[in-house]
Amino acid sequence: MTKIRIDHGRIVDPANGIDAVGSLYIADGKIVAVGEALADFDAEQTIDATGQVVCPGFVDLSVRLREPGQTQKGNIQSETRAALAAGVTSLCLPPDTKPCIDTPAVVEYIKDKAEQAGYAQVYSIGALTQRLDGNELSAMFALKQAGCIAVGNASAPLGNLLILRRAMEYASSHDLLLMFRANEASLSGKGCAHEGAVASRYGLPGIPEAAESIALAQCLELAELTGCRVHFSQISCKQSVIKIQQAKKYGLNVTADVAIHQLHLTENDIEPFDSNYHVMPPLRGTIDRQYLREALANGTIDAICSDHQPHDLDAKLGAFPETESGVAALETLVPLGLALTDQHRIGLAQVIAGLTCNPARILGLAAGTLAVGASADICVLDPALVWRVERPSWRSAGCNTPYWGRDLTGRVTYTLQGGRIAYRLQDISAVNRV
Amino acid sequence: MTRHLQLTEQGRLKHFLTIEGLDRELLTEILDTAESFVGMSEHQVKKVPLLRGKTIVNLFFENSTRTRTTFELAATRLSADVLNMDIARSATSKGESLLDTIRNLEAMQVDMFVVRHALSGAAHFIAQQVAPHISVINAGDGQHAHPTQAMLDMFTIRQHKKQFEGLKVAIVGDILHSRVARSQILALNALGVAEVRVIAPKTLLPAQVKTMGVTPIHDMDEGLADVDVVIMLRLQKERMNSAFLPSESEFFRCFGLTEAKLQRAKPDAIVMHPGPINRGVEIASSVADGPQSVILQQVSNGVAVRMAIMSMTMRSGGTA
Repeated sequence: MTKIRIDHGRIVDPANGIDAVGSLYIADGKIVAVGEALADFDAEQTIDATGQVVCPGFVDLSVRLREPGQTQKGNIQSETRAALAAGVTSLCLPPDTKPCIDTPAVVEYIKDKAEQAGYAQVYSIGALTQRLDGNELSAMFALKQAGCIAVGNASAPLGNLLILRRAMEYASSHDLLLMFRANEASLSGKGCAHEGAVASRYGLPGIPEAAESIALAQCLELAELTGCRVHFSQISCKQSVIKIQQAKKYGLNVTADVAIHQLHLTENDIEPFDSNYHVMPPLRGTIDRQYLREALANGTIDAICSDHQPHDLDAKLGAFPETESGVAALETLVPLGLALTDQHRIGLAQVIAGLTCNPARILGLAAGTLAVGASADICVLDPALVWRVERPSWRSAGCNTPYWGRDLTGRVTYTLQGGRIAYRLQDISAVNRV
Repeated sequence: MTRHLQLTEQGRLKHFLTIEGLDRELLTEILDTAESFVGMSEHQVKKVPLLRGKTIVNLFFENSTRTRTTFELAATRLSADVLNMDIARSATSKGESLLDTIRNLEAMQVDMFVVRHALSGAAHFIAQQVAPHISVINAGDGQHAHPTQAMLDMFTIRQHKKQFEGLKVAIVGDILHSRVARSQILALNALGVAEVRVIAPKTLLPAQVKTMGVTPIHDMDEGLADVDVVIMLRLQKERMNSAFLPSESEFFRCFGLTEAKLQRAKPDAIVMHPGPINRGVEIASSVADGPQSVILQQVSNGVAVRMAIMSMTMRSGGTA
């Protein structure tokens, strides 16, 4: 396999506490040296990363690929290809595909399709209950054997707390991580926006923060009761942060992630009835955003995910409440992540940890590190490159993002996967450099 | 963006979707224009040729005989041709068909849509989608806005109180689900009243109601003290089934407007209601039919105010 050297980049590898300018040596698909010059290394390819950041490929905890079942919105090929352009080399697919990931056959199908596509590595999250209907436990052992990395409820509610308890006991019996999206359906109801000033003004059915934090608190209680390892996906509000902080302090083995847009946008950013701002959980208030940012800085929140949800045009065309929720978010992950360091005093290493070693640790993956001997999944990004969010450089099938048409700063220039250059920003003018 | 969407570059009305973003001058212009149409219904010929040759489509995705009738009457008196489309909500469960409906009608060269829809934001969505020469008037979208109703209410208030400065207004009942209340609150504040109070139990108030520029009060005696205008809202029967309220009789006991409770207001206070009223639920018959009630004047003012808004939006249009 090719020998590659990446020169003069700022190597940021939080897993190993490295943040220094130097070279990275890759051979046989693995990292063979970091920083120090390696004698007798005949690089067949060199990448000049002067002024750029070299970090592990990202591990994204939530990426909808829309296949099987909703290929009008995107497919495994289109979205894993977009993932590589975003620096994401490993991603988790939530179980709410159609059919949902509740049988080994679906897991196999996804695995085959992802291998054929040959882009980012896909890890399926198995459905916690059959058909995700919240009532009967799924065949978790079979799902694990087929390759599921965790089990989850996507955003589907559980029938009752007893079912959640049993599911957590059963999952932990098979040492499966539960990835839990906290949502008390009776409180969120038909809501489509944060129950705050904006929803009040526009007459949009609201979702209170308590819809999330109550479900999260219940799950925390059951985590202690059952010993199940729980990861809370896409938390959005102050009370959730406080509860996770308490639980961690108390010693519960729980982790959490936040969707990147929640660290930037609030209800106040919603252009009246613009369905691109329709997300679940909804964009919250400025206090919630402050808590989320601080939680990321102090480690209460472990990981940042894109919560990528591509949509077809029709899904977003209509009156706000009837449109589908979600943002096509992979390709804005890097600029929005970097913006946190510029504007909000969160260190670059911390942001990168939230995208690499932390999610890898949550999943138990040997990814998200530049350790010698690790698989060479690497992201090289130019933190100063200004580009416009538009086609043709946009790869995802979904264009549903509030950032469409805007100029953002920071972009991936190379993505290496298993020591192979899997993505290269070909022509800077082609990405609409401004 | 809202402002931009419904106004032309010269600041004139292009669409009429919400009161938000409209200033006092423009609202006053609507009221003044409506004034000029008021006497017309007493004329032998009840028509003016302002919109002759124009086609207006009443596009009602939600049933409403009364609102639709006043829009129809207003359009007819402006000499426009009117097409009524009553589209049961069940037939258009998806945004695509909403859009298709619009596209089809657009292809028939219409000039204005008057839209009522069960979802907040529907009128905005349609205004963003239509061809540039078409005006859209919001005849009620979900729980968001019902701006023509609010303007006819402002018109009625001005008839009786002459000016808005210094007025104290109480809006009573289901604020949470009321597009009428949301538009009234915006209009009253834009026109410079002294205070807007909303009187309801917390179950029927929006979460962040204070940010809307009102004083929330949960007690009628306190809320009605010294007010100049009492606006009662219709209570939908289905609120009883979803734990917003224990019963109609309990609601009437707490928040129903009776002669005794009305004593708290100023002696010359007027009583309003957007209709249709639930007698004995939100308002006692003796008050609804009493000397302080202006409920029927609201209805007759509805035509003139809608004529004003229709003629103003069409005047700003490219082809008008």
